[in-house]
Amino acid sequence: MNGDDNLLQMLDVLCPMHVVVSSTGHVLHAGPTLRKLRPDTPIEGRRFLEVFDLKRPRGVSDMKKLRTLAGSKLHLQLRNDPKTEVKGILVPGPDDGTSIINLSFGISVVDAVSDYALTSADFAATDLTIEMLYLVEAKSAAMEASRTLNLRLQGAKIAAEEQAFTDTLTGLKNRRAMDHILDRHAAWGTQFGLMQVDLDWFKAVNDTLGHAAGDHVLQTVARVMVEETRENDTVARVGGDEFVIVLPNAHDRAALRSIGERIISRLSRPMPFQGQECRISASIGVAIYDPGAGVSIADLMDDADVALYASKHRGRAQQTFYTPDLRASSENLAPPTGRAEPKRA
Amino acid sequence: MHGLINRAIQGFVTDSYGADKWVEAARVADLDFVEFEAMLVYDDAVTPRVLDAVSTVLGRPRNDIMEDIGTYLVSHPNVEALRRLLRFGGVTFVEFLHSLDDLPDRARLAVADLHLPRIELRDHAPGRFSLVCESPIEGYGHVMMGILRTLADDYGVLALLDHQGSGGGIETVSISLIETEFAEGRVFDLGARAT
Repeated sequence: MNGDDNLLQMLDVLCPMHVVVSSTGHVLHAGPTLRKLRPDTPIEGRRFLEVFDLKRPRGVSDMKKLRTLAGSKLHLQLRNDPKTEVKGILVPGPDDGTSIINLSFGISVVDAVSDYALTSADFAATDLTIEMLYLVEAKSAAMEASRTLNLRLQGAKIAAEEQAFTDTLTGLKNRRAMDHILDRHAAWGTQFGLMQVDLDWFKAVNDTLGHAAGDHVLQTVARVMVEETRENDTVARVGGDEFVIVLPNAHDRAALRSIGERIISRLSRPMPFQGQECRISASIGVAIYDPGAGVSIADLMDDADVALYASKHRGRAQQTFYTPDLRASSENLAPPTGRAEPKRA
Repeated sequence: MHGLINRAIQGFVTDSYGADKWVEAARVADLDFVEFEAMLVYDDAVTPRVLDAVSTVLGRPRNDIMEDIGTYLVSHPNVEALRRLLRFGGVTFVEFLHSLDDLPDRARLAVADLHLPRIELRDHAPGRFSLVCESPIEGYGHVMMGILRTLADDYGVLALLDHQGSGGGIETVSISLIETEFAEGRVFDLGARAT
């Protein structure tokens, strides 16, 4: 370099990550920031292409070829750890055969700053790196705040939806949830069993022992029904003392029958409440949804109702499977006295 | 998979085929909701299910859908921001191809929890490359084909693309540049503000 220290001093300030490379490819001088990248094994004196791997353009193995790339963007990577990637641009140097290559971190700057403990003094005052780091940090802080908010809102939304689909007294699903589940099974074409469960003598408990006793009965009923069904069955409270159980893939009538019988048997046992005994039982109507049969969900609910009324008329604490001949008896077509007309579309 | 990715699939179906088709796809995929939130992270199993549902609802093969998603991402006005971000990658198509290696890191710089599949460009001969895509979702290579085909037009380059098949979670797309100054291409103004 003819001892032209002035030029090197200027380059150190303007381009602290530059290297001056001789015609043989040896590094004659490295800028102060670049020297920080390899404090223990000085870059100066080594071959440029031994320190850096030219990743793109490919196929360049010597200095002569590298010099032909003057003016175009170079993608380089340090050969030893940390293998930081840098971008570079080469210009021919003032002395014969020398080259000046200026480097910059590009996208690797965020890691590089921490890997090499760089400070703002390591970048030229005109370099936008510090501004970029500032933007990255500011953006990350803002994104983090927004992410926390998102998660909180999402949590609140899930809780609100959960609440909207839950019967608060019993913790069972409510009518809305059940309608939703039935529609989904119909859309999927899942075969399922539908049980309409009505409590018998519940009004009497409420009237004689009070609402607290009534609430206790409803909670006990809910627990029994959940215990007697499978995990993927749905138990919903759809009215005061009316429940619906949806049992997907219930191909086995005998299994359905035994579930119904167990529920009736357990609900018929007296339920102690504050020294009193609450006595109820349950009537059940069962209809089975067969996706190929062309029966709508509304028709299916009606079938289950007819079967339920038949159970009631046969003396309660019964379970009836729907068959079309149940409709021959006119008493099965209307709700027994004391039972509200179901409100469904 | 990040909400941005799921949301992009939703945007593709809604903008190309109408909201009804999307609602149907969401139901077929058993989503329980209709709108993906861009800034939430969803279970990884959701995305393939949604893609299969879209394929079913639209009655088209899954790979065609994947390529159309790629095309959509860099051509529809509603996602113009994405085309711009990709064009930041290079002044020429070849430079853009080389910038793809950096894409996952760049994406992560913008959205810390957005993990895009790794992509590696291999340089075989002048004008002949292959793009090796990690594909956590089957068909990601086809998405890249849609993106590359459209951006080649965007740069005014005539390029032949071929999906070389997949294996071991990797999909490879071969790229042959026939002519680098084939047409005018679309203007890219670095300083234009996304609206």
